[in-house]
Amino acid sequence: MLLRHTSKEVKVREGLTINPAKTCQPIGAMYAALGIHGCLPHSHGSQGCCSYHRSTLTRHYKEPVMAATSSFTEGASVFGGQANLLAAIDTIFAVYDPDIIAVHSTCLSETIGDDLQQITKKAKDDGKIPEGKYVIYASTPSFIGSHVTGYSNMVAGMATQFAESTGVKKSQYNIIAGWMEPSDMREIKRLAKVMGINIVLFPDTSDVLDAPQTGKHVFYPKGGTTVEELKSSGDSIASLALGSISAEPAAIALEKKCKVPFETLDIPIGLTATDRFIMGISKVAGVTVPDEITADRGRLVDVMCDMEQYLHGKRVALFGDPDQILPLTEFLLDLGMKPVHIVSGTPGQKFEKQMRQLLDERSPETNFKSGLQADMFLLHQWMKNDPVDLLIGNTYGKYMARDEDIPFIRFGFPILDRIGHSYFPNVGYGGSLRLLEKILNVIMDRQDRDALEEKFELVM
Amino acid sequence: MEANIIIPDPAQVREELIQKYPAKVAKKRAKSIVINDPEIIPEVQANVRTVPGIITQRGCSYAGCKGVVLGPTRDIVNIVHGPIGCSFYAWLTRRNQTKPETLMDENYIPYCFSTDMQEENIVFGGEKKLKIAIQEAYDLFHPKSIAIFSTCPVGLIGDDVHAAAREMKEKFGDCNVFGFSCEGYRGVSQSAGHHIANNGVFKHMVGRDNTPSEGKFKLNLLGEYNIGGDAFEIERIFEKVGITLVASFSGNSTVRAIENSHTADLNVILCHRSINYMGDMMETKYGIPWMKVNFVGAESTAKSLRKIGEYFGDEELKARIEAVIAEEAPKVKAVIEEILPRTKGKTAMLFVGGSRAHHYQDLFAELGMTTVAAGYEFAHRDDYEGREVLPKIKVDADSKNIEELKVVADPELYNPRKTEAELEALKEKGLEINGYEGMMKQMTKKSLIVDDLSHYESEKLIEIYKPDIFCAGIKEKYVVQKMGIPLKQLHSYDYGGPYTGFEGAVNFYKDIDRMVNNPVWKLIKAPWETAGNGKGGELAASYVTQ
Repeated sequence: MLLRHTSKEVKVREGLTINPAKTCQPIGAMYAALGIHGCLPHSHGSQGCCSYHRSTLTRHYKEPVMAATSSFTEGASVFGGQANLLAAIDTIFAVYDPDIIAVHSTCLSETIGDDLQQITKKAKDDGKIPEGKYVIYASTPSFIGSHVTGYSNMVAGMATQFAESTGVKKSQYNIIAGWMEPSDMREIKRLAKVMGINIVLFPDTSDVLDAPQTGKHVFYPKGGTTVEELKSSGDSIASLALGSISAEPAAIALEKKCKVPFETLDIPIGLTATDRFIMGISKVAGVTVPDEITADRGRLVDVMCDMEQYLHGKRVALFGDPDQILPLTEFLLDLGMKPVHIVSGTPGQKFEKQMRQLLDERSPETNFKSGLQADMFLLHQWMKNDPVDLLIGNTYGKYMARDEDIPFIRFGFPILDRIGHSYFPNVGYGGSLRLLEKILNVIMDRQDRDALEEKFELVM
Repeated sequence: MEANIIIPDPAQVREELIQKYPAKVAKKRAKSIVINDPEIIPEVQANVRTVPGIITQRGCSYAGCKGVVLGPTRDIVNIVHGPIGCSFYAWLTRRNQTKPETLMDENYIPYCFSTDMQEENIVFGGEKKLKIAIQEAYDLFHPKSIAIFSTCPVGLIGDDVHAAAREMKEKFGDCNVFGFSCEGYRGVSQSAGHHIANNGVFKHMVGRDNTPSEGKFKLNLLGEYNIGGDAFEIERIFEKVGITLVASFSGNSTVRAIENSHTADLNVILCHRSINYMGDMMETKYGIPWMKVNFVGAESTAKSLRKIGEYFGDEELKARIEAVIAEEAPKVKAVIEEILPRTKGKTAMLFVGGSRAHHYQDLFAELGMTTVAAGYEFAHRDDYEGREVLPKIKVDADSKNIEELKVVADPELYNPRKTEAELEALKEKGLEINGYEGMMKQMTKKSLIVDDLSHYESEKLIEIYKPDIFCAGIKEKYVVQKMGIPLKQLHSYDYGGPYTGFEGAVNFYKDIDRMVNNPVWKLIKAPWETAGNGKGGELAASYVTQ
């Protein structure tokens, strides 16, 4: 047993987090910034932060992840990091020539009180930012929230620092992507096209973190939301924010700054969340849903009908990020499965309320905890007390799945040991069908593996 | 090992590398880019701050302390005091394999422990939460040891992790609790963290268990972290030749072994950069000499074993070593003979770590490949130029911040394992005791040395040299591969290994052969891109509707 020290007995902890179901803000900000075209993310802190974030994102995507650092030393930590950031801005524009530098803070720079707004303003005043180039920033202290908060803060920063209102509305809608994969963002764009609406999707990591092998390293890959698109988001008719934690703050910022009305929807994972997404587009844009999409939906429901016997009542433990596991939980319930244990390390009353509401209505007996000490150690203890048939979560879950000998589906961030998430979406009816196929495969493979010889089935 | 390889003019390469930098940056970088001469070793600027904004390979002090040195010991509960990220990123990502004797023995490596500091802990101090966390870890696991690692904000807000550790240690009585001030901003790279870790392990662990260790030829393996099972292979060889491994610092190690390590009679050092402090301190306090060895490469392994045999000076041991080499060598030879025709004459570049960029050159040499450029990520001048340069190294403000322990001979335990005369005799036999000659003496004239290589420089070097393989880490992996050049990760081994010893050498030969000769590198261009510039010139006729 790899996790042999995890006991069955659950004791309340107040100081110690064990096997966290979250990480820190800056990595989310770095990921979001990679979704702007021609942007170099910049970590204002010690070198280790930048190195760790780049390494984790690289392992997750198996793609180049470029970002720079202010390389704090003890001197900078005592006297402030302004000189480091100004020097970094000089070096970056001279050597790496991005259109945009997206600076995020760290626990170090936040603790000493570096003010990114003031420093980036000084950079501008001192003429360090070449004509037509930009330095944007987001405050992302690691001691508040989680990686999801950092993503959300950087995306909100894009809205506040780029969006402009010219007074003339454009025939377009904003879709603000909650934390999802490049494959999901590509699928969102496809669905919008099929629905017949023009959108500005931000951020957009497709064609950035799923770049083709060409024999040439393109430092700023072709993907990413452009500055022009981001600026024009202030003239859009309305915004759809996908994810109340990771996307809604940007929509609020955009409404405040440019009076763009918005609606918040879940990330369209699963049948009903995708229904709401399609209806949402249909409603805000006044378009009818094309047959193609209805047929996509029908195919998903068809499989749900055909295979319900393998899903019904199956007990699931899951962990992950709020905006992803909320619609996932709903999907599991729609499939007739039982989400038995759920944890998310990301704290927040909004998510807590949403999940409670869903569970109270449809699965009141589910164990659910989010925020401090809502970690994989606790989840594992719950699983030992009340076993499950399936575990869903990021790669770290494989240790629990192995020890408990249960099927495991990789879902969320980070996935360090399999590919697929960058290429095949989980969103939309098609993405949900793929997710359903994965669930069925592991459950049915297990049935095959465990079946007695006389009970081994050819047709299932 | 200079095959028929055309090496670009290194002076010109250096100019090209720094051309794009702002003047001040160019001036600084120029001192870290050096043209090698193994006869008259030039000075390399190393272990200095990275220019902010440069895309560097380097990490932080915490990574060097917790991630590298302390991480591989399986039965310490390592609590990271700070916001959640630092502990999360160092969770199982370094591939330190470990094999407890029984399935029930302590092993905390698959676990991640953090105080997950929140804003109120930053504002009002985090010591209270830390002590609660230590208590909870003790109550849950009853470990032999708990170590505390400080992250950036901890030093800034003034939490005293050492006082907290002392208090809890006293309270428990049966659990050794100790702390490390390894905040990420200390020093200029991981290297500072290695030093801090060495100090802490030496102060709080080494020498706590005086039980005499058994065995005739007893040594400690320093600077070997069992990535991909490297230590397992070395352990296998030691066992075969009859050498007793008292403790490993720190791959596949236990608290007890490290606490008992001062009963060994020799320290052999693999990664000089991360652990040389320990060798020196143990020499001064206990009288155990250290010797630089290298178990990366079949020939290097044989050479290192012979050095150990020579040190112990026992004819029976020496004979066993020769017998084992004779037994292992044919397997290695059979593989290399098969592979060599496919790898010979190819070129490699190594930019990684603090010793790997040196050691792995031996394996490439065995493959008939030339290292045209190399450099370390976080090493010091002595790792390049050899330890004789030590007195000449200027101690700057960043290094001064790292504590130098004042070590004296232990009044009871100091026992020089060799007399001055014996050491002198060993030196005369060519055995370098307490010495390391560095990377550059081994590299060819006019090869290029670059310390703390930046992303920009790496792309330039690849463009200019077009090496057959590039060795670095995960952050560089896919950048280089996008350029059509295979990258071998020498931190994580691309999840392969072991690469040490005889079996490791065979693994490495096979991996490199597979990588440099993989058919995929010839499939990158689509047929319509290669045939007549996308004009489809090969087609004799087109079928189109009129």
